[in-house]
Amino acid sequence: MASGVVAGKQGHSALTGLAFAPDKGRARTTGQPAATRTTAHNQNGNRPGMSLALIAALPFLGALLPGLMIRAGRTACAVSTGAVTALALLLLGLNAPAVLRGEVVQTRIEWLPQLGLNANFMLDGLGLLFAGLILGIGLLIILYARFYLAKADPMGQFYTYLMLFQGAMLGIVLSDNILLLLVFWELTSLSSFLLIGYWKHLPEGRQGARMALTVTGAGGLALIGGMLILGNIAGSYDLSVILTQKVAIQSSDWYLPALLLILLGCFTKSAQFPFHFWLPHAMAAPTPVSAYLHSATMVKAGLFLMARLWPVLAGTPEWFYIVATTGLVTMLLGAKIALFKHDLKALLAFSTVSQLGLITMLLGFGTKAAATVAVFHIINHATFKAALFMTAGIVDHEAHTRDIRRLGGLRVLMPVTFAIATLAALSMAGIPPLNGFLSKELMLEEAAHTVWWQNPWLVGVLATIGALFSVAYSFRFVAHVFLGPMRDDYPHRPHDPGFGLWAAPALLAGLVVLIGLAPMATAAWLVDAAAGAVTGAAVEVKISHWHGLEPAALWMSLAAIGGGLMLLGLFAPLSRLWEGTPRPEAKRIFDGLVEPLATLSRRITDALHDGAVTRYFAIATLAILAAGVWAFVSGTHQQGDHALTPVALVPAAGWALLMVTTCAIVALHRQRLLVLILVGVVGLMVSVGFAYLSAPDLALTQISVEVATVILLLLALNYLPKTTPAESGGARRLRDGVIATLAGLGAGGLIYALMTRDFAFDTIAAYHLANAKTEGGGTNVVNVILVDFRGYDTFGEITVLGIAALVIYALTESILRPGPANDRLRLWKAESQDAGDRHPLMLVVATRLILPLAIMVGVFIFLRGHNLPGGGFIAGLVVAIALVMQYMASGFEWTAARQKIDYHALIASGVLVAAATGIGAWFNGLPFMTSAYGYVTLWPLETFELATAALFDLGVFLTVLGAVMLSLASLSRIALRAGETVNLAPYDIDPAAGRTVKEEAR
Amino acid sequence: MIALALNFAFCCFGLALLFNLYRVIRAPVLTDRVLALDTMVINMIALLVLFGIKLGSGMNFEAALLFAMTGFVSTVAYCKFMLRGDIIE
Repeated sequence: MASGVVAGKQGHSALTGLAFAPDKGRARTTGQPAATRTTAHNQNGNRPGMSLALIAALPFLGALLPGLMIRAGRTACAVSTGAVTALALLLLGLNAPAVLRGEVVQTRIEWLPQLGLNANFMLDGLGLLFAGLILGIGLLIILYARFYLAKADPMGQFYTYLMLFQGAMLGIVLSDNILLLLVFWELTSLSSFLLIGYWKHLPEGRQGARMALTVTGAGGLALIGGMLILGNIAGSYDLSVILTQKVAIQSSDWYLPALLLILLGCFTKSAQFPFHFWLPHAMAAPTPVSAYLHSATMVKAGLFLMARLWPVLAGTPEWFYIVATTGLVTMLLGAKIALFKHDLKALLAFSTVSQLGLITMLLGFGTKAAATVAVFHIINHATFKAALFMTAGIVDHEAHTRDIRRLGGLRVLMPVTFAIATLAALSMAGIPPLNGFLSKELMLEEAAHTVWWQNPWLVGVLATIGALFSVAYSFRFVAHVFLGPMRDDYPHRPHDPGFGLWAAPALLAGLVVLIGLAPMATAAWLVDAAAGAVTGAAVEVKISHWHGLEPAALWMSLAAIGGGLMLLGLFAPLSRLWEGTPRPEAKRIFDGLVEPLATLSRRITDALHDGAVTRYFAIATLAILAAGVWAFVSGTHQQGDHALTPVALVPAAGWALLMVTTCAIVALHRQRLLVLILVGVVGLMVSVGFAYLSAPDLALTQISVEVATVILLLLALNYLPKTTPAESGGARRLRDGVIATLAGLGAGGLIYALMTRDFAFDTIAAYHLANAKTEGGGTNVVNVILVDFRGYDTFGEITVLGIAALVIYALTESILRPGPANDRLRLWKAESQDAGDRHPLMLVVATRLILPLAIMVGVFIFLRGHNLPGGGFIAGLVVAIALVMQYMASGFEWTAARQKIDYHALIASGVLVAAATGIGAWFNGLPFMTSAYGYVTLWPLETFELATAALFDLGVFLTVLGAVMLSLASLSRIALRAGETVNLAPYDIDPAAGRTVKEEAR
Repeated sequence: MIALALNFAFCCFGLALLFNLYRVIRAPVLTDRVLALDTMVINMIALLVLFGIKLGSGMNFEAALLFAMTGFVSTVAYCKFMLRGDIIE
């Protein structure tokens, strides 16, 4: 098998004009000893450059601009987007001289070093070439899109998607870490999905976007697997390390799986056979997107990755047969289909498939000369294909059709477009002296020298046939659209567009000619740098038009051009034949595959995830139970050695209370109010249990939380049915009961096992006890944990608490606004009997008396919290309860009128105070949330301690108070909307006046 | 002597808790249950104080204080709910 791979490439370079200097060990431009890229990484030639991360980040930052700038007009929007791209291009240009000298610019930022995931970027020749293409053509696309998009299209959205996509592509080509590269890889799939589906009103656009996402996303998954294997073999996820591990990788047993998975990723992305079908369907995108995706980005990402990993993956028989064969088949197939497509963009799409196949084939040959040609053709293809797509877009824009059968004779009507399209198409056909000719002839030369399965001529002949078809479809593009007689039945009479629309393709066409005429001056240096990076050896390419009469490539070229012209001449009968033969319809096959898969996954999802919480609980509980049983059965264990403590009478009574109440809750759970009372019993028991088990902090917290919960639930219950309807049958209840019992017994057994033996590891409690005073400045370990050791968690929690309260407020607000929910609320009738006073005098007086007492208790609990049970959380709840009592006694409106502090402000100030305290530690040169404390003597008080933790606790206090009050107040506001009356006095009956106080309807 | 008295008191309040429990579970009307829960809170306060005396620590008295101060709030809320439906009018 290996014999077939010897591609006979080492000694023929005189013909193609390619020369390699690996043995000289000298780079061309400077003569510095930077012979190979891989060794260059370990030399002083590496330049640190922070700008790389900035280049990759710029498009993402720039993605924010269009949405804002569109308000200043379409041109401002395009200019600002272009400016960001231009800035990135400029930064890239500043790095270019170093890269061209053979150096590798690197930026290393540690992200998650434990996982080997770092934001490492590098820029070598290959990266420079691709980044240049992405940004350069990106700039032209931005210009083109400004004039292409219609007024009705949301342009800000378009540029945002485009910039996201540009950033993702740049990330791929600049990443030095393959995990980072994978992240960007997935980002290109996602952002291209948005771009392809940009015209959301078109079903083809949505379907094409979905198909592209499915195919490239699936390939991305395979790629993740392949890259992880590759990283494991190499022992690092850094490309610069992986690229030095050729021997280790190719001798590994895991080489083939890694290769297959990586190629799967590349082939799907680059639309290689048999994954080529998504690309034409992605044509539903606006033409600027197609031009960008097909020339410089997206589909080139797969090629880029193959080129990037070429040094370590290429050169084996597996690589040759998989990659070269796939490329060859894709090239032929794509070219054949392209010829018979009547849609301009479909023709170009399949021509892209074909050209990508060509490049893949060259990379697959595994020789340095072929890889160099591949790099050269990447440049050329980007130039002429972007120009062709743009001209196709112009034709569509002006003539309102892309159907070739309805076009023709446009050369008179659109002379400028005709000139641009002709130059680009001739280049695609490989006509001298344009740039496409140069790389295509080099390709044919390579193909002619390649032996496939001991067959010396097969690849050459097939490549010539591929070239022949590409000549035919290129000429068809020109002949059937622009040449021929002028017609009078165009859907819209076309004429040349304004300068803005044809400027970009004209520039590209100029490049096509320039590179074609003076390849050594315009492109050779870039090819050298890029090919040097791909092959790991210094490359000195010599490109010329005339190699004499001996090379096979000349005759192959001539055969291709002649054959192509003949093919075009026979187009009409051939086309009829093509239409007559049945072909597999890619979309139907794809839908046929995807539809059952979607049905299957929907079925699985529906079975597991049917919207019934009981089912989720059942599944989760059973899974945990099974894991526990498995661990119990498969492990070894002994009886615990701790003696059981004797059971005292009162705790036994408490236990009975808990057990009986819990069972009663299960039995009576349909009566909601009753259950609430029973839950109150459980809460009471838990609070007292905490106190009994020496956790006074928890006891205080729990009892306050219980009260707040009861009030909240009662407020909500007023608007809810008072009973829960029976929805499940006896069998299901039995099933759930068995599961619940088993899980309960399992949890109980586990706790029993844990408490009758020593812990396997030391608990963290000892550390907290030892360090609470010295580090946190408090003797109440629970409080020190809350405000210091785990202060960050507490900070997160109070933030969440504040958000939850705001959400409750927002939801209430939406109910109170006119709308369906509000209508239902208006129809709601209180079902309870209106008995007794609304605001009893006794209650009013009692709560007024308690208010100052409760606030004093709150302040007391807060102040001493750091050293003895208490703290901001409990204090906040106590004060909140005292305030809620006022609401209950005198009504919402009356109390709210006397309540001067806004609860929103309370929450915000709480979070801000806590944050400011945490940030304060920075000014001491310490990490966020490090607390400090000191002792102060203030006459006439005794010496007391001041800790920053107390300030943090104040933040907790304020947030808790604000959050509880805001949620209670929000819920009670609902009643007002339901048509309740409002009292003007604190109580209903004024004993002094001896009459009932008036109420006001609202 | 104090130990004996404490034990006697513990027994009494423990028994009281069980009676409360019975009343919470089985009662003619809802009001009885709410009252039983309220009594339960009072019994708990007593137990906490007794427990504090037994341990000789003042810590539990504060817990008892807080129970006393907040325990009645839920009772009021239940009552208001049963009488008028909306507890904050």
